[in-house]
Amino acid sequence: MEFLYHFGPVFTLSSMAILCAGTIGGLLLGATPGLSPTMAVALLIPFTFHMDPAQGLMLLGAAYTATVAGGAVSAILLKIPGAPANIATALDGYAMARKGEGAKALQLCFISSFIGGVLGVLVLIFLTPVLAQWALSFGPSHLFWIAILGVTIIGSLDSKSVVKGLLAGCIGLWIAMIGYDSIQGVERFIFSEHLEGGVHIIAALIGLFAIPQVIEMLEGGRHKRTFEMVEVKPHSVWKSVGITLGHPRALTIGGIVGVIIGLIPGAGGQIAGLVSYDQARRFSPDREKFGSGQAEGVIAAETANNAMVGPSLVPLLTLSVPGSPTAAVLLGGLLIHGIFPGPNLFVQHPDVAWAFINSLLVGQFLMMIFGLYIAGLAAHVVRIPPAILASGILVLAVFGAYSVQNSQSDVVVMLALGIGMYFLQQYGFSPAPLVLGVILGPIAESNYVQGRIIAQAGDGMFSYFCLGTMNLVLISLVVLSIFYSVATEIRMRRLDSLGEIAT
Amino acid sequence: MKRLILGMAALTTVALAGPTVAADYPDRPVSVMVAYSPGGATDFQARIVTMMAGDEKYLGQPIVIVNKPGAGGKVGWSAFATSGGTDGYELAAYNIPHFIAQSIKFKTKYTIDNLEPIANWGADPAVLVVGKDSPFNTVGDLVTYAKENPGKVTVSGAGLFVGHHIAYLQMEKATGVKLAYVPHKGGAPALKSVIGGQVMAGVNNLSDAFRSQDSLKILAIADNERNTEFLPDVPTFKEAGFDVDDSSVNFRGLMVRKGTPPDVIEKLAKAVPEMFKDPKVAKQMKAGGSPLKIMNREEVQAMWQRREDYLKELLKDL
Repeated sequence: MEFLYHFGPVFTLSSMAILCAGTIGGLLLGATPGLSPTMAVALLIPFTFHMDPAQGLMLLGAAYTATVAGGAVSAILLKIPGAPANIATALDGYAMARKGEGAKALQLCFISSFIGGVLGVLVLIFLTPVLAQWALSFGPSHLFWIAILGVTIIGSLDSKSVVKGLLAGCIGLWIAMIGYDSIQGVERFIFSEHLEGGVHIIAALIGLFAIPQVIEMLEGGRHKRTFEMVEVKPHSVWKSVGITLGHPRALTIGGIVGVIIGLIPGAGGQIAGLVSYDQARRFSPDREKFGSGQAEGVIAAETANNAMVGPSLVPLLTLSVPGSPTAAVLLGGLLIHGIFPGPNLFVQHPDVAWAFINSLLVGQFLMMIFGLYIAGLAAHVVRIPPAILASGILVLAVFGAYSVQNSQSDVVVMLALGIGMYFLQQYGFSPAPLVLGVILGPIAESNYVQGRIIAQAGDGMFSYFCLGTMNLVLISLVVLSIFYSVATEIRMRRLDSLGEIAT
Repeated sequence: MKRLILGMAALTTVALAGPTVAADYPDRPVSVMVAYSPGGATDFQARIVTMMAGDEKYLGQPIVIVNKPGAGGKVGWSAFATSGGTDGYELAAYNIPHFIAQSIKFKTKYTIDNLEPIANWGADPAVLVVGKDSPFNTVGDLVTYAKENPGKVTVSGAGLFVGHHIAYLQMEKATGVKLAYVPHKGGAPALKSVIGGQVMAGVNNLSDAFRSQDSLKILAIADNERNTEFLPDVPTFKEAGFDVDDSSVNFRGLMVRKGTPPDVIEKLAKAVPEMFKDPKVAKQMKAGGSPLKIMNREEVQAMWQRREDYLKELLKDL
């Protein structure tokens, strides 16, 4: 309960002002496509140079929390996920916004983010010593199987046909291969100088989701005004709280998935939302309605991606090993103030360490309050005429893609992928499985390559990749997941053919 | 677009100011391109050492860090060597031996011949680390084991043809044993695999290993002298009896493109080392566990050339 004792410094006037500034700034940065939480935290570090260490870290903590949640704003309203973590939110959230339920979707998203976020920080506060060693025991073979587990959900994600989903996933895996291979440094598929740095995940994300959207809006021209004219239904916050709490299954799945995936270094917290969304759908009686504006989908995705925040810091704070890119940036922020994370952190600098963790907790409350306020305003975005909205999205997309690495090439790649995706969409492909392929490809590949070197030096490939409790558990999950997808597909086909016979 | 505007602005400045360009230089903020992502060691040190640039004693203009990460630095350095400005307003951070090794090993657009060093700010030697529970207590233990089990000792490091890999290659050469190098996507994941027990040993940065001493044993340092400031008790490879010198030490500093006016280079070469010596910079660097190593332009030029010659020899057979 030591953390309660350290709440004092958080509730001073200057600290609260910093926390509010960090939260509001984080929400805005997060809502801007292309500015991922990692980028946002990195941008803020120079501002902490001249601050007191505890307050500097409060700013970073609040901003980290808020950017993760802020990414949902653009995902829901514009179908452009602010960061990979918000892909799953876009699937049902955008459908809700199209029905005029944007305010409701945003409210649900911030409330479930809050619940997930608080759960994650509590795990960080109470279970850190227990989980730190466990988190480190994940080696290349386990991460390889986790990535394969992710691949098994590609087929069923947001597409009507498993085959099209898998095909889109394969295209994604191929796109991930472009550029210099991250382990060996070999050139692959570099036909243009724009591809030298490979395809950055954020640029791909923006292109694949936003550009087809823009083209579709412009297609309507000035005549099809009805396309966007949705009535924005105001929604009571208390009702949203009720709805969120009325989905204990989605909250539980989101919380558990977010905490576990957040803990595993290198798994990429970005897939937490997608995995949780997929699991929530499998266990839901209304699974067919997912994708058409199901509140449960938004809740599951947002609970998970915020539950990931706390646990992702466990290996950093206790062992000085950053488990995620954002944690690596935060490490830089700590070091600048002469604070070395590690087993002695809580002994040597308890004030700073606890101020940081407490600011994550307080940040969750502030994030929800400011988020709900934004929700009321932002939902009106859909009333903007399509031609104007489309050009606005295009500007944001170009700006976002450029700002990732200050590179014109990312803009070219983003536009090219987006135009390609527009044509694929005409044939019933969807961007979510494609992006999942781009995310999982490098994780599976680099861990396979590393695992192979280790296996060849040790006991051989089979025993390294396929034996051991953790490997066996993960392999059985993969088998179960494949089995489930096949069974569903067969059942759907049978239903379809019965329907055809009946007519 | 930005580059175009900057370029146009530079042209106008040249046209209007004529030969007095260096007298006014710099009259607007200067950018430094870092070829690694924000938050990494290079980025974080670059931000510290340039934070005093706005002081009238030094440049009198602030320095802005621009990150262009990708492919172990290749993306940023290629872009810099082909399209960076030559007006002295666009600088870049270098990492030795990374960019020299890459320019030897791959057909890169950058070599030491089309870049001009300004000054060096840091030197981070590589160290050999093993997990806390490892049976190895000295480099000798590890080498003896590796002699009996050739190719069985896994050693992690941050990628191929970076400082860690160079130190690994030197170690193999000096000890005559065969090990297994496991490249990772950066120093942090490579260190994680040592602490987590996925590999038996690792080559990593002194600064990062120093901070993780509670979960690691540091066996040796790949430098010519011991590091008295951070790790006074850790022997060098040479003291341990193996001929590994300081060729893998990760030097960081600032450079410009060849073609930058000589008077601008001269002005930078004079002001920048003074800026690195600022007490505030030293304090922040020490706080971050990052060793400072300030070298002037002539010293860096000589160091680049020595590395180039040595690495050509070492990487010849690979």
